[in-house]
Amino acid sequence: MPRMVTALLIGLIFGAGIALSGMINPAKVLNFFDIAGSWDPSLAFVMGGALIVTAIGYRLVLKRPAPLLDTRFHLPARKDIDLPLLAGAGLFGIGWGIAGFCPGGSIPALGLGEPAALIFVASMVCGIAATRLVRR
Amino acid sequence: MTEFTPFTSLAGGALIGLAAMLLMAVHGRVAGISGIIGGVLPPSAADWVWRAAFLAGAIAAPALLIAMTGHEIAFSSTIPTPWLIVSGLIVGVGVTIGSGCTSGHGVCGMARLSARSIAATLTFMITTGITVHVVRHIVGGL
Repeated sequence: MPRMVTALLIGLIFGAGIALSGMINPAKVLNFFDIAGSWDPSLAFVMGGALIVTAIGYRLVLKRPAPLLDTRFHLPARKDIDLPLLAGAGLFGIGWGIAGFCPGGSIPALGLGEPAALIFVASMVCGIAATRLVRR
Repeated sequence: MTEFTPFTSLAGGALIGLAAMLLMAVHGRVAGISGIIGGVLPPSAADWVWRAAFLAGAIAAPALLIAMTGHEIAFSSTIPTPWLIVSGLIVGVGVTIGSGCTSGHGVCGMARLSARSIAATLTFMITTGITVHVVRHIVGGL
């Protein structure tokens, strides 16, 4: 129960950040990448703000022996830069560039009741589920 | 055109960072949205409950932000439905093969100076930029 409540509250903070920052708006995302056209540099500020707080926050948090509601920190252990990592990231960018939706931007956009967000998320969930099934 | 919003974007980014820090401090988890979504899909992870709760909070947030602050949230998407579907499928496959997205690699991994996340972030920023350029300036829009 505490795990559920805290995760809900942290999700609220995350979603509020996405909404306030403008990451929720696909047009704004696409304009960030359109340097030759209607460039909007706002997303550099989103990434900058998120990176600074996370980098400092992680430094403080990871000094502790364990998280509050778990026995250990679940940090990715892999260090190798392999083909699936780069191919997957490259593919993700192509999809992100087509419509301006990334996973973190699209989930809060569902809460705006926007049909485009619903269509994107439903398709993305199919893509994630299918890939997980094939890779098992 | 979209309005340049350095202050709200920086503040929103800081909130995203705060959420990432809290998820690590309380749950010991990386705030990677594609990974969190993957864990609630069948075959779901044993700890799917916190994942579902996090996603529910993220979905509820915009309405709550509007109700509490009156802040207007701009949203515009002119992409035709077939391309939204294509985009969603590609993103879903890509983030699963590539073990993360903007939040997991771009924020959490970069903040830890993970070589994998730095490589992934550079890669998807480049392919996103190329895609937007091709779609808008060579194809002439979707």
